[in-house]
Amino acid sequence: MTWIVRNLWLIPTLPALAAGLGSVAKQRNRRLAASLAIGSMGLSLLLSLGAFAHVLSLKGNGETAREVVNFPWLQYGGEWVKLGWMLDPLTALMLVMVCFVGLLIFIYSTGYMSHDENFTRFFCFLSLFAGAMLGVVIANSLLLLFMCWELVGLTSYLLIGFWYEKPAAAAAAKKAFLTTRIGDLAFLLGMVWLYSQSGTLLFYDHGAGCIENAALAHLVAQATGIGLAASTGIALLIFAGAVGKSGQVPLHVWLPDAMEGPTPVSALIHAATMVAAGVFLVARVYPLMSVGAGVGPMSSTTALQVVTWVGAVTAVFAALIAVAQDDIKRILAYSTISQLGYMMIGLGVGGVAVGMFHLITHAFFKALLFLGAGSVIHGCHEEQDIRRMGGLKRFMPITFATYAVGMLALCGFPLFFSGFWSKDAILDAAQAWSVSRVPFYLGCVGALLTAFYMTRQVYYVFFGESRLRIHHEHQASPHESPVVMTMPLSVLAVFAVLLGIIGTPAWPWFSSFLNGETATLDAGRFFESGILRVMLISSVIVFTGLGMGWWFYGRRPIVSATAPDELERLQPHIFRVLRNKFYVDEFYKATFIRFTIWLSRVSDWFDRWIWNGAVWSVSHVVLGLSWVARAADIYVVNPGFDRGCESVEAGGKLFSRLQDGRAQDYLRYVGLAFAGLVVLLIWSGVR
Amino acid sequence: MTPLANCLLLSALLFSIGLAGALMRRNAILVLIGIELMLNAANLNFIAFWRYGPNPEALTGLMFVIFSIGVAAAEAAVGLALIIAIYRHTKTTNIDQVNSMRG
Repeated sequence: MTWIVRNLWLIPTLPALAAGLGSVAKQRNRRLAASLAIGSMGLSLLLSLGAFAHVLSLKGNGETAREVVNFPWLQYGGEWVKLGWMLDPLTALMLVMVCFVGLLIFIYSTGYMSHDENFTRFFCFLSLFAGAMLGVVIANSLLLLFMCWELVGLTSYLLIGFWYEKPAAAAAAKKAFLTTRIGDLAFLLGMVWLYSQSGTLLFYDHGAGCIENAALAHLVAQATGIGLAASTGIALLIFAGAVGKSGQVPLHVWLPDAMEGPTPVSALIHAATMVAAGVFLVARVYPLMSVGAGVGPMSSTTALQVVTWVGAVTAVFAALIAVAQDDIKRILAYSTISQLGYMMIGLGVGGVAVGMFHLITHAFFKALLFLGAGSVIHGCHEEQDIRRMGGLKRFMPITFATYAVGMLALCGFPLFFSGFWSKDAILDAAQAWSVSRVPFYLGCVGALLTAFYMTRQVYYVFFGESRLRIHHEHQASPHESPVVMTMPLSVLAVFAVLLGIIGTPAWPWFSSFLNGETATLDAGRFFESGILRVMLISSVIVFTGLGMGWWFYGRRPIVSATAPDELERLQPHIFRVLRNKFYVDEFYKATFIRFTIWLSRVSDWFDRWIWNGAVWSVSHVVLGLSWVARAADIYVVNPGFDRGCESVEAGGKLFSRLQDGRAQDYLRYVGLAFAGLVVLLIWSGVR
Repeated sequence: MTPLANCLLLSALLFSIGLAGALMRRNAILVLIGIELMLNAANLNFIAFWRYGPNPEALTGLMFVIFSIGVAAAEAAVGLALIIAIYRHTKTTNIDQVNSMRG
């Protein structure tokens, strides 16, 4: 066992330690807080690169190289609960991605949050998040993963509600936490079920782990009462946890509201890493999801089918909503939800490599887009409505250039951008899916919509004339952001382009890496099994979407901030439905929220009248008894004593009258007493 | 009635008179007289039992009575001294008025 594998635990611990130290730092020690966070993240990045190099160096022989370190954690009865960490290609990949993107966002945040007085707290929470996310990545135990998962959810809550004095932010944080909690509940149930069936929560334990062959065979054979195999049931429950965390329909409602948090938070947590944790979880337990599938790529398990359908619906649903949004970050949020749907489709139809490739490329270009949006917001003096922006192309050239790269990557512009290759991998696998072609069609619709709404956004924000509100006389015109903010943008843009290279069919390095094979360069693969056809279809879709965006928003520059949107003019009703997010929030409010509030009122009544009433009754009984005792004391015992004493006193007064000081009277008494004594003695017969 | 009974009757009568006097009279000297009477009644009792008792030759009863008379005399002297002291203090012989020790 090499040094790096034995000490893999350092990777999440360093940022967590930075968070701990940062929490006790004074508010004015901004440099200390930032350097702790960035330093720890940098060290973790170095360690992750070391781990990555180590995995690369292992010979690929068709089996994924996997090294685990397990340790016993707590004992109950005769059993031990074990935890552990692991290093395999999936882990190494995620480690590098999270550390790298995280580091860039941390550096960006020093610029973005420089005017905020709670700078120190921000970096403390960011480090804690980074530590927890890295913990999720290296966990070899479902329990350890769940613990870090919850911690990630906590830090998300803390960071969304960072500006907690703002009621909207506090409400959004609460909403995020509660909605993901619903998923986490299902996750917990699945975990418990898995533990009860397989006796361990370690993923890999030299053959005894819960997703290794022996356990899987047992789980597949177990049937539940409703006709599902135990493996399917557990897989669905764990997927429900991913639904919550990755914002799939119906638990997507928290993600757009989470944009109340600072933009680096949106970039890191709600684009690149935390929401990807759900996808990562599905990839991690993929053996469980896919066990029982028929031979070859022609069949699929129930769990994977559910994953695919949920992802497909989400992809289109969110993309539709994004078309009608006006807040720059909200468009990106819905875009994230939609892309996460794509990743789920990829996992469901094509396997771990397909889904994970899109996750990695998405992390880079979505973080880029969010950071670019942050740069725009910063430059427009905290304006977030795209109708009030415009013409920023000439004020913020670097931001524009990098944003354009990110936007084209997201749309999947052919050949040069990583998003094209990763999305195409998904569409290719979906097209070949044996169960149904509908996810493929939905994916195509989603791609069209993605291109459309991103073009809309870019035209609103960067082109035309400036529609910024002038708040005061000497307000400066929009300005480019400082280097500490534009440098990460540039780096991410480079990766948004270059990452495509590792996933092309000609050189499928990515999937080979994950599967433990060696990839060969073979341009001929382009011409096999319809890949070229799918590439052509997706290119056509992208150009159509871009063209439609230009048709509606690019032909004539947008001059007025209050004029209705072009689409709104054409189809006001549909547009209004889309802008109101299909009224999902309102539906939830009218049903679940109302029910929960009603239930809480009932519980309150119960608590107040029944439990409280019982306590009140007992206390009043005791009070009554004490009142009785007091009354007895005052009206019985005291007078008794008083009367007794009075009678003694009276008796004493009486007898003291006998003592009159006259000797003769005393003599008389003696005489009387003597006479009495004699009578008594004679009467009692004494001789 | 036997002579003994008669003597005893007489001494009982004397004793009662003496007792009544000691208990009833207001004048301190009269109380003393009563006490003397009681003592002498007791002496009479002794003489009676000696004279008409089982052993009239032994002079036991007689000796006892002589001692008793002597003691009575001494005691009367002491009593009178007390009465004089009281009289000097309270200027009265009425013992009803000597009640400063009342409680």
